[in-house]
Amino acid sequence: MDLKNLDSLSFFFPEIILTGTILLIIVLDLLVKSHRMLATIAMVGCVGSLVATIDLYSAQHGWLFHRMIVLDNFSLFFKVITLVATLVVIWISLASNEIRRVYQGEYYTLLLTCALGMFFMASSSNLLMAYLSLELVSLTSYVLTGFLPHDRRSSEAALKYLIYGGVASGTMIYGMSWIYGMTGSLDYATIQSALAQNSVNKVALFMAFVFILAGFGYKMVFVPFHMWSPDVYEGAPTPFTAFLSVASNAAGAAIMIRFFFPGASRMVADGDWTFVSGVEWPHVVLFVSIITMTLGNLCALNQRNVKRMLAYSGIAHAGYMLMGIVVLNNNGLQAILFYVIVYLIMNLGAFLVVVMIANATGNEEIESYRGLASRGAIFPAACLAIFLFSLTGIPPFAGFIGKFFLFAAVLERGGGVFVLLAVIAIINSVISLYYYAKVVKLMFLDSPDPGAKSLTIAANHFTLLVPLTVLTIVFGIYFSPLIHYTSQSLRFFVK
Amino acid sequence: MENVLSYMTFIPVAGMIVVLLLPSNSPNLIRWVSAAFTVPPLLMACWLYANFDQSTPGLQFVEKAPWIPAYNIQYFVGVDGLSISMVLLTALLCFLCIFASWGIDKGVKGYFALFLLLDAGMMGVFVALDFFLFFIFWEVMLLPMYFLIGIWGGPRREYAAIKFFLYTLFGSGLMLLAILALYFSSEPHTFDMTVLISQADKFGTQTLPMWPFKEWGWGFQHAVWMALFIGFAIKIPAFPFHTWLPDAHVEAPTAISVILAGILLKMGTYGILRINFPMLPVATADLAFWFLGALGAWNIIYGAFCAMAQKDLKKLVAYSSVSHMGYVMLGMASFTTQGINGAVLQMFNHGTITGMLFLLVGVVYDRAHHRDIEGFGGLAAIMPIYTGVTALAFFASMGLPGLSGFISEVLVLLGAWQKYPWLTVVGASGVVLTAGYLLWTIQRVYLGPLNEKYKGLPEINGREMFTLVPLGAIVILVGVYPNVVLDLLRASLDQINQIVIPHLHS
Repeated sequence: MDLKNLDSLSFFFPEIILTGTILLIIVLDLLVKSHRMLATIAMVGCVGSLVATIDLYSAQHGWLFHRMIVLDNFSLFFKVITLVATLVVIWISLASNEIRRVYQGEYYTLLLTCALGMFFMASSSNLLMAYLSLELVSLTSYVLTGFLPHDRRSSEAALKYLIYGGVASGTMIYGMSWIYGMTGSLDYATIQSALAQNSVNKVALFMAFVFILAGFGYKMVFVPFHMWSPDVYEGAPTPFTAFLSVASNAAGAAIMIRFFFPGASRMVADGDWTFVSGVEWPHVVLFVSIITMTLGNLCALNQRNVKRMLAYSGIAHAGYMLMGIVVLNNNGLQAILFYVIVYLIMNLGAFLVVVMIANATGNEEIESYRGLASRGAIFPAACLAIFLFSLTGIPPFAGFIGKFFLFAAVLERGGGVFVLLAVIAIINSVISLYYYAKVVKLMFLDSPDPGAKSLTIAANHFTLLVPLTVLTIVFGIYFSPLIHYTSQSLRFFVK
Repeated sequence: MENVLSYMTFIPVAGMIVVLLLPSNSPNLIRWVSAAFTVPPLLMACWLYANFDQSTPGLQFVEKAPWIPAYNIQYFVGVDGLSISMVLLTALLCFLCIFASWGIDKGVKGYFALFLLLDAGMMGVFVALDFFLFFIFWEVMLLPMYFLIGIWGGPRREYAAIKFFLYTLFGSGLMLLAILALYFSSEPHTFDMTVLISQADKFGTQTLPMWPFKEWGWGFQHAVWMALFIGFAIKIPAFPFHTWLPDAHVEAPTAISVILAGILLKMGTYGILRINFPMLPVATADLAFWFLGALGAWNIIYGAFCAMAQKDLKKLVAYSSVSHMGYVMLGMASFTTQGINGAVLQMFNHGTITGMLFLLVGVVYDRAHHRDIEGFGGLAAIMPIYTGVTALAFFASMGLPGLSGFISEVLVLLGAWQKYPWLTVVGASGVVLTAGYLLWTIQRVYLGPLNEKYKGLPEINGREMFTLVPLGAIVILVGVYPNVVLDLLRASLDQINQIVIPHLHS
């Protein structure tokens, strides 16, 4: 279906509810002083939006608002992911000492606006819409990164983020203008049929794709558009870092898959895609993937700050996820969706523990984790160990299954270069073990510095920590529901 | 009792959960509860031994249930002659090692919980017949092992723990790729080992058109074989992947050394026999001489020479493991009935003998707080019983007739002689070297004038004897009447052998 503006509104409830919540928070911020109240409203709004999103699964797929955005299972999947991430992050924010110092109303407003932008990133089917949604996410992210008053690192991070973001999105819109020039349209479906006629200049098209990749790469954080990430991760308030690390990464993957698969490719056989104009962009992505995971892991080895380490580990994970795009089939895409889910669980879990420890010790240096297990924080330490081993990809944790499907997709494709990619990814997993295990070693194997005081961890954090840990283990052992869900989510609406 | 294998695997997991729920301020309760949870698997192992049908080569006590149907992953366990000896060994050693761990007094709860998890992982590896399940169990062992070495180990424990972890993870990464490669080559895609074995002819052997396989004439099957082999060789540990072993052994607490040498090392050779042999027979036939036979003989000699040079008693035993696992590889590579039976019997015997050796080293270390070979002397005078048991273990390790080590080594050498006389000569010279370093050690530690410093060392106590006596009894029993174990193995090993033999080049 192809709906006009007013008809579209009835399929637009998730966004409407989110927008309503944002406006409500702005108004209420003037009236109430309790930040707990604002957070609660934000969470209620998210839950409402989540219910509306799930309700849309039964609706017919189609274009909304004159083909600006598209309603299909794929976009609904990323909406659910974004909302779950937002809910968890609001919870983490409530527990964080950092957030307690800042303007609550604005914080939650911006966070929800950022989530709204991610909704559009996942569902836009028009280059202009894609660009606008990406900018919406970026602009709110700049502000949230620099949200800590009188914190030089936070301000510096925001400025860096802004400059890199400006360059990346400028490059991207330049690439988009080439596409527009060659095909005469901004609409994905029209672009696809124009490219299918094979009349465009291959080199120009290739360049246009590389330019556009800059914008996606900046959101999904792969090399060479990754430079902002460690500084921003370190400087931003930790709950927002957690949000960036999972939601921004997921939204980047969503917009990239939406553009390159239903947008610029076409499904040939059952689950296999082919690019409509014969430009070999997957090879570029393949080398980007190899370089991204290797650089991310090597740089993570020597980090002293846990947030910086997680930033580089996030870069490495973006590299793993790219493997699913390179293979150009539905198995690869499904592996990415699967990875998005497990990465959400384990990475948010890791950040939650980082916030808990930072609340107690006041810093985020890896060194401050020394002897954590014997300083009264054995439970959070054990959970962090589980999340970190899951990030390494060791069974029986969910991270292993995520990697397993990515490797499976790559090896199923077969052929020398793909086997090489898989071997490099395996070696990278081994490298990553070293720095994840370093944190575990400090927490469990080392004894605390003499005089280190024992920590008191507020018990209310456990209400979120326990489910995340349990899910990390359960999805490592029984993942049939996730397979079902991700394969259902891989339904694009094309014409 | 039809779910006996599942019970044996998951009772320790239940034990881990119970131990975690116990209050941490009552260490003795934790110890006894942990011990209680290793008893049922041991009893079931005895039951299994009694009810195992020795005449059939096929799988027994099979359990099969769909697990992840979308990817054809099953919960599939069972035992045959190859795995049953390892299952028995695991049940026994885990039970004994709980008692060998009695002296642990730091973080008792964590130690025993992790130990039970390790127990479950090891049992799972030997009974799993679904590749995915096998891999999960294979990796599940890593985490407890890392912490057990890293928290309760010696002074360089952190280094040893991470080294062990990195080596094994690298190997298992390659193994994962191999598993996936086999999965996608089978039709319909499956992780079921029995189906994969029946489809062995589907795994291509034509030379791959890319470097470096083109030069070597390797096909898909050879590449997969190699990936699996590296994963297993790291566990065996075969030269040049053995360097984690001395470090891990020296730093690990006594009971964990026993588990490492007694069970973990066997997983490497078990995996080769269970997977490489029947699933990739052509590659096995092509590559066995160099990577099992020659490497095995080299392992024997290299391990023995390294052991001879050691000053640390535990490191000596660790290198003797490298040497003795070489016999297993050499025996496997011969594809003769004697060789392959000898190899698996050697796996079993090495588990019991080296278990004893590490326990004995632990006994003296607990008393003297060092393991320096030169630092003792004349212990026989003050600890006669201890010395007697040690002599038994040392002579068994040396291959003295009448003790178990002799039977398996002779079988291996007999089998290997028919195929590779020269390698056998090299391997057999390892027996002399073994006698050399062990006798020399006995002389330096137990004989000679008593070192005055250790005049007051107490004799071996009841708990320690309790852990040693069952192993000693098995060593003697198998030495006198090896058929108690060999009868279990014969049929299944013959079947595995028959799969490979047609592919051998005369």
